[in-house]
Amino acid sequence: MREFYGTKLSNALMLGTAQYPSPAILADAFKRSGAGVATVSLRRESGTDKAGQDFWAMIRELGVHVLPNTAGCHTVKEAVTTAQMAREVFGTPWIKLEVIGEEDTLHPDTFALVEAARILSEDGFQVFPYTTDDLVAAERLLRAGCEVLMPWGAPIGSGQGLNNVFGLRAMRAHFPETPLVVDAGLGLPSQAAQVMELGFDAVLLNTAVAKAGDPAAMAEAFSLAVSAGQLAAIADPMEPRDMAAPSTPVIGKAFLS
Amino acid sequence: MNISINGEQIDTSAETLTTLLEQNGYADATIATAVNSTFVSQGERENYLLKEGDQIEVLAPMQGG
Repeated sequence: MREFYGTKLSNALMLGTAQYPSPAILADAFKRSGAGVATVSLRRESGTDKAGQDFWAMIRELGVHVLPNTAGCHTVKEAVTTAQMAREVFGTPWIKLEVIGEEDTLHPDTFALVEAARILSEDGFQVFPYTTDDLVAAERLLRAGCEVLMPWGAPIGSGQGLNNVFGLRAMRAHFPETPLVVDAGLGLPSQAAQVMELGFDAVLLNTAVAKAGDPAAMAEAFSLAVSAGQLAAIADPMEPRDMAAPSTPVIGKAFLS
Repeated sequence: MNISINGEQIDTSAETLTTLLEQNGYADATIATAVNSTFVSQGERENYLLKEGDQIEVLAPMQGG
């Protein structure tokens, strides 16, 4: 597996931490899946109930890598400031950079994304940009200092799977050395397996696990699918063909007609 | 002096950001701060002098995808 800014992950599943029925179920999902990375966020903290403190204590107990996001940011300024705050709170240079450009699809604003990535990379951040499968935007992100790319599979929370397999395959072919993660849009473990079969390095998802009837079981299912897809990619899959080719040898077949 | 913390208007006698946070329940909390949309690091809070109308954001870890 390719490394993420010098970090080798033992498990290619990255899990979000939002929308679970309870903190205990969230923790169970991480334990059963063995996910190596947890995405987290920052929100306003009340000086009275201080809900964020308990959450942070629980995440630290999981012993996983933490990947803070800039979810909900719509401008370069907003994203950069949020990233700066996240680095101080979470104590990591990793940042999942999201700059949203369109509300209905949560489509990334790739122009603002590139600019924010440049500013943050120059400031020592290790940027994981949430982007599309646009090869030109990807190229600009790498030039801006990103060493990882995270194209979407489908719009966040949609569970549609891979809307553009061709685009993802092209991305893998075009950037053979770059760690690639499909982030967002997956609904089923089979889709995660497909991502890994394409030669990607990890998948990042949240809703498909958190909103399942049994989130911990679904997290484990995704983990197994990711491992299966990863092994399949290493095993060098056969090329598909249009016509049938008998798998049973024809030589030696009895003449019975 | 009137300022806002996370969108809520308050009247405070605190002169620095550190004092303001201590007076409003954030002592020892894992938080990050911004004033008027600009990040103010933990090390800068002690010397950050508040002004009338400042808008303070106090953020903490939260669930995210």
